[in-house]
Amino acid sequence: MTGPGRLAPGTRVRVRTASPRTHCRTPHYVRGREGVVVRHAGDFPDPERRAYHHLGLPAVPLYHVRFAQADLWPDGRAGDTLTLDLYGHWLDPIGA
Amino acid sequence: MAHSHAHHADDHAHAPIEDADGPSSDSVVLEQALRELLIEKGVFTAADIRREIDDLESRGEAQGARLVARAWVDPGFKERLLDDVAAAAAEIGIDLSGYALTRALENTEHTHHLVVCTLCSCYPRGLLGPPPLWYKSRPYRSRTVSEPRAVLAEFGTALPDDVAVEVVDSTADLRYLVVPRRPAGTEGMDEEALARLVTRDSMIGVAHPRPA
Repeated sequence: MTGPGRLAPGTRVRVRTASPRTHCRTPHYVRGREGVVVRHAGDFPDPERRAYHHLGLPAVPLYHVRFAQADLWPDGRAGDTLTLDLYGHWLDPIGA
Repeated sequence: MAHSHAHHADDHAHAPIEDADGPSSDSVVLEQALRELLIEKGVFTAADIRREIDDLESRGEAQGARLVARAWVDPGFKERLLDDVAAAAAEIGIDLSGYALTRALENTEHTHHLVVCTLCSCYPRGLLGPPPLWYKSRPYRSRTVSEPRAVLAEFGTALPDDVAVEVVDSTADLRYLVVPRRPAGTEGMDEEALARLVTRDSMIGVAHPRPA
């Protein structure tokens, strides 16, 4: 089910390069990297606000995103992939 | 007076049991105060807490293994498991209410999945029980994402060259359970026997299931 602003599976995205001093769940190794949305994993309370005694509502969208290992590491093996769950506000769609 | 018992050579060879007898940390004090207050207010009882701890600690890999074995023998169940782990688990009497949302990852002839939590130690506890110490260690958490094949080799797990490795980093609200490939030569084995081949490590992805 899609909603306004929802990233569809197959959408190419770039992870933001922000370095917030507050809590976040975007590992450094994917910041600034390009990947592909596999699926919308659901909407969940925002952990970046929950960490500070906030309910984290309204819920924010979470996406399962796939990266090529060769794009993440100097010795990343061609054909190998890595997926992780990233919140929508960390992802910028690329291209049309 | 004659000795009434034999002295064993290693009587004093055991390391002393460590007791944390120092002052409690702030979080320990907070937990105790909160727990006692909530019990006093009748929100739950001490017995409720004991039951929850017992339930969490008594879960081991058997629940996960049953799901995998059922998926191996029943393609329809496998599709339902890949679509919704909690609903599929409920079909065979496994209650995942109160546990984090879990998703199943199917290994195929083309792709082998390997699960890690780089940020902490997220793990499908409802299906596998508590995680092993190595899973929570910094070396595993940092190296699995950047050199998964080296980590697999250190676990003694070989993969054909034409199988791709997909590392799954559980960074948020979902937990992941690997559905390993059914070993060759297991045709005709019943579900119970198949479940005994499914190891915890094969459901994390660092190892293959036991051979037939």
